[in-house]
Amino acid sequence: MDTSPEASVVLDCTGLNCPMPIVRLSQAMRGLPSGAQIVIEANDPAFRADLEAWVRRFGHVILSFDQGATSRATLLKK
Amino acid sequence: MSDGTPPPLDPTLTAMIERMVDARVDARLAGFSAQVEEALARLRAQEGPQRDQASILVFSGDFDRLISAFIIATGAVAMGIEVSMYFTFWGLVALKKQTTFAGKTIEEKMLSAMLPGGPANTGTSKMNMLGMGPIMFKRVMAQNNVETLPGLIKLAQDLGVKLIACRMAMGVMGIKDEELIDGVQYGGVATYLGDAIESKITLFI
Repeated sequence: MDTSPEASVVLDCTGLNCPMPIVRLSQAMRGLPSGAQIVIEANDPAFRADLEAWVRRFGHVILSFDQGATSRATLLKK
Repeated sequence: MSDGTPPPLDPTLTAMIERMVDARVDARLAGFSAQVEEALARLRAQEGPQRDQASILVFSGDFDRLISAFIIATGAVAMGIEVSMYFTFWGLVALKKQTTFAGKTIEEKMLSAMLPGGPANTGTSKMNMLGMGPIMFKRVMAQNNVETLPGLIKLAQDLGVKLIACRMAMGVMGIKDEELIDGVQYGGVATYLGDAIESKITLFI
């Protein structure tokens, strides 16, 4: 895994439903430095709402969110 | 002077008056700034590195209620909240790994026989339909990729959720230590209340 701050980490949470996507996300975030980006893919119907709540709590930024059968979000760690 | 303003003062006098004013103001402010410092210190102490806490009291032993409790618990950890779960009465079933009968009174043995053997054997609070309900719900959950109850319990432990068994309820229900999973702590009502009073989220499930 590339450890430079700009490199993206991709988290595949397809097939996982509440609460797994944000559980996996919070675990992955812990290992990343500030300014790192992470991409997460999920098809959990609650994913968008949970992600927004989760991001609000920690102050990270959602750089992009592509809604689809599988949604793809790019986050920036604060 | 004719425009009403007082004549300019001697510079030495001006300097002396300024020094006196400064001294008076400092004296008056000293007490006040000490109070502000103290208040700020107290505020900082509260906002400190303490994490938010959640305290979940699990009284129910129903499959559906236990699923809720563990989804909330694991979700809370993902939100950066420190979680403790207290299991009392029917909720103790969630912590069971086996049923033993040795060393129990007749009443305790009867209770042990009637209680579910563990979380996987729990019934739903409604539509249990003699056990058909949970079977159907588990199938639907699998189709929707929802974690199983034993899976959620293990996840909670792995994530550091504190699982605490109520000593008193264990006595009443005739449940022995060896019947519970490893990693469980034990406590009483004060254990629960001590954590609950510090928690932003307290739930009774």
